[in-house]
Amino acid sequence: MKLGILFSGGKDSGLALFLAKKQGYKISCLISIVSENKYSYMFHTPLIQRVEKQAEVMGIPLIIKKTKGEKEKELKDLEIAIRKAKKEYKIGGIITGAVESVYQASRVQKICNKLNLECFNPLWQKDQFELLDDLIKNKFEVIVAGVSAYPLDENFLGRKVDKNFVVEMRKLWERFKINPAGEGGEFESFVLNCSMFKRGLKMIGKEISGRENSWSLEGDVE
Amino acid sequence: MILIIDTCKERLHYFEFVKPVEDVLNKQGMGFWTKHYLNVSDKDLIKAKKIIICGTSLQDNQFVEDIDYFSWLKNFEKPVLGICAGMQIIGLVFGGRIKKETEIGFFKEKFEKRFLGLNGGLEVYHLHNNFIDFFKLSDFEIFSGNKIPQAVRHKKIYGVLFHPEVRNKELILDFVKNG
Repeated sequence: MKLGILFSGGKDSGLALFLAKKQGYKISCLISIVSENKYSYMFHTPLIQRVEKQAEVMGIPLIIKKTKGEKEKELKDLEIAIRKAKKEYKIGGIITGAVESVYQASRVQKICNKLNLECFNPLWQKDQFELLDDLIKNKFEVIVAGVSAYPLDENFLGRKVDKNFVVEMRKLWERFKINPAGEGGEFESFVLNCSMFKRGLKMIGKEISGRENSWSLEGDVE
Repeated sequence: MILIIDTCKERLHYFEFVKPVEDVLNKQGMGFWTKHYLNVSDKDLIKAKKIIICGTSLQDNQFVEDIDYFSWLKNFEKPVLGICAGMQIIGLVFGGRIKKETEIGFFKEKFEKRFLGLNGGLEVYHLHNNFIDFFKLSDFEIFSGNKIPQAVRHKKIYGVLFHPEVRNKELILDFVKNG
């Protein structure tokens, strides 16, 4: 079965893609929704424009759909993008990186069901520490691209998700109930390298913006 | 040891419908092994103390075509818990018929009587296009659902239409400990 994946460029969609490929599925296209609303409940926003580079180094075609990010209207835009993927790439299903969010997962399930597409959520209900461990074990190079919860601040931007990061997240989980994999929206991430990439990416011209405990990283990748 | 039965046609669905059930048992240190329904043998059925039949995706109805693989359920005397597709399988084996009704996401269900530790009004996670009309199966007692049976029992065979591995993990543990 040929599949498309809702791809944000972050760790969850990256790991979901990795698992699907490991199971032998052919990934025909990436589908990325670029939202103008940085507070979207549905779509990841930091560095989303850089998915083009990730698609290039993976050699997978990319469908980009822009959305204003208005609640429910953004779902129409998502459906348009999925319909396009079904038509152009003859996919039989969609993969998502959903872990805990019933809000996100159920909306994608409804769209796929309407379009008679399978919906795969290979990270669904996965323990968040296990998820971080899987990224490290499978040699994903992931950085933090946005934070939005106390006590995370601008110092977290650009940090690598490595063993030290997991140790720190465990402390933050115990003390502040920060979800270790950011499932509560505490942080967003970006994959710079993994075994699916023909070459690693690096950030250039980093720019940070935000205030207090809400910060995001922008810039180019090469 | 508990036998977990995978009902998914697509192997990638294992991570979504089977692994979360395995994780619930793993966290409690409970012994289990997992097999796809196409590979369940008589030896497995003899060895299992209890069986959990997992669900599958909205678009996957292959188990309906393969229902004969579950004919052992008819005379099985040890506890079984069917989740979503697993519940539909139980209903089909006992002569029930499939009806269409899609429910996706969180829903509030009321448990009139205690069912595997659940009681009263509760939020559950649904993901189904079909259900079985258990109202016509007199062997089964219905614990929740006026129009769509959500939780049923016949002797030691339990079925739930919702996915307890998402929001009602305690139901799985109650089945394993007390079912």
